[in-house]
Amino acid sequence: MSGVVWLDALSLALIGAGVLFFLAGSIGLLRLPDLLSRLHALTKADNVGLGCVVLGLMLQAGDAYELLRLVLVWLLVMFAGSLACYLVAHSAVTAEATADAASPAATATAAPAASRDER
Amino acid sequence: MSVEATLLDAVLAALLLWLGWRALASADLYKAVVQFMVFGLLLALAWVRLGAPDIALAEAAIGAGLTGALLLDTLARLGAAGAADEPHPLRLTPARAGVALACLLLVALLAATVLALPADLPGLAPQALAALPASGVSNPVTATLLNYRAWDTLLEIGVVLLAVLGVWILDAEPALPRPAPDPMLGLLLRVVLPLSVVTGGYLLWVGSHAPGGAFQGAALLAAGGVLWHLAQPLRLSASLPARAAVVAGFAVFLAVGIATAVLGAGLLTLPPAHAGALILLIEAVAMVSIALIMVALFAGRAPTTVDGRQ
Repeated sequence: MSGVVWLDALSLALIGAGVLFFLAGSIGLLRLPDLLSRLHALTKADNVGLGCVVLGLMLQAGDAYELLRLVLVWLLVMFAGSLACYLVAHSAVTAEATADAASPAATATAAPAASRDER
Repeated sequence: MSVEATLLDAVLAALLLWLGWRALASADLYKAVVQFMVFGLLLALAWVRLGAPDIALAEAAIGAGLTGALLLDTLARLGAAGAADEPHPLRLTPARAGVALACLLLVALLAATVLALPADLPGLAPQALAALPASGVSNPVTATLLNYRAWDTLLEIGVVLLAVLGVWILDAEPALPRPAPDPMLGLLLRVVLPLSVVTGGYLLWVGSHAPGGAFQGAALLAAGGVLWHLAQPLRLSASLPARAAVVAGFAVFLAVGIATAVLGAGLLTLPPAHAGALILLIEAVAMVSIALIMVALFAGRAPTTVDGRQ
């Protein structure tokens, strides 16, 4: 009986920690000044926050199949999330470099992409 | 219902209304598109809360994902000048007031109709469940879509077919200067594309006894296809094989309908002995067709050279 209670408490603590990471990531996304620091805040929420939540849920899983599915969800989100982060950052840096080329035509085409990435 | 669940539903409903309003009222079209996509994801969550996971899957994949990708692509094609809306998109003009009045009238009519229904109306669910053993599948949603109301689904597939015909006929898209494909996008594609094929096939197969089906599977396949197009532009021309694959879903469905009309009990009345196999056949071909149509909608028409060759 006490083993089950400990398991529940551990689950709660892990999911709580994950929620804290998500909260910090969301606040960072809203408050940080530029794109790269916002991405930095967001990816921590994605990787560690979701990892904690998945670990907490794994302790509650009924069977091995459920466990495996949770791990797969985490791995997939980590993979896609980090690549998406790289792609956003890369396109922002490229747009900036194009804008710095300073010809009026280059600034005109790069501006929408850059202003878009700032949001 | 517990207090927490009621609270969650209330927050969800409030967020949906607010996001819908913001998407309409935002003067910045890019913001509006992003808000529309978030709106779609939350709407999928609302469908889950209403106990309709089939619609939630379709809404998340098609409503938020693919429609969002199409809208973003449109914004990119419009360029900086076209992407700005007027400063006050919701300023009241006579035309808008008229539309708003018509919408309010429709809402009032719907509300009056719902209120006029007897409170203990059983609905059609008991009949749908009673006929389930003879429908060929054990998922009541799939049974409704492909057996009881197959006519509606046939016409739905016809509508998406017409959409891609429109895109191919118009042939008026400004070509986008494509940036050099990123190697990391290729890596993402190599992992995600096989996953989308496996998951799409799974959704098609599982649709007979659990939430899933042709449209959901097609949306996942199409998501992989859109990613493919982004990593390496696809040349989806209106060639004979492409046209055959796009039409196949509708054609097979229609052929089954005609066969049942001529040999069996009537148009699209599936014989119970073969209903399961027929539904799987229709759904499998329809899934490939719908997925190809969605990718074709996103990729547009391949540029033709002067002498007409692709």
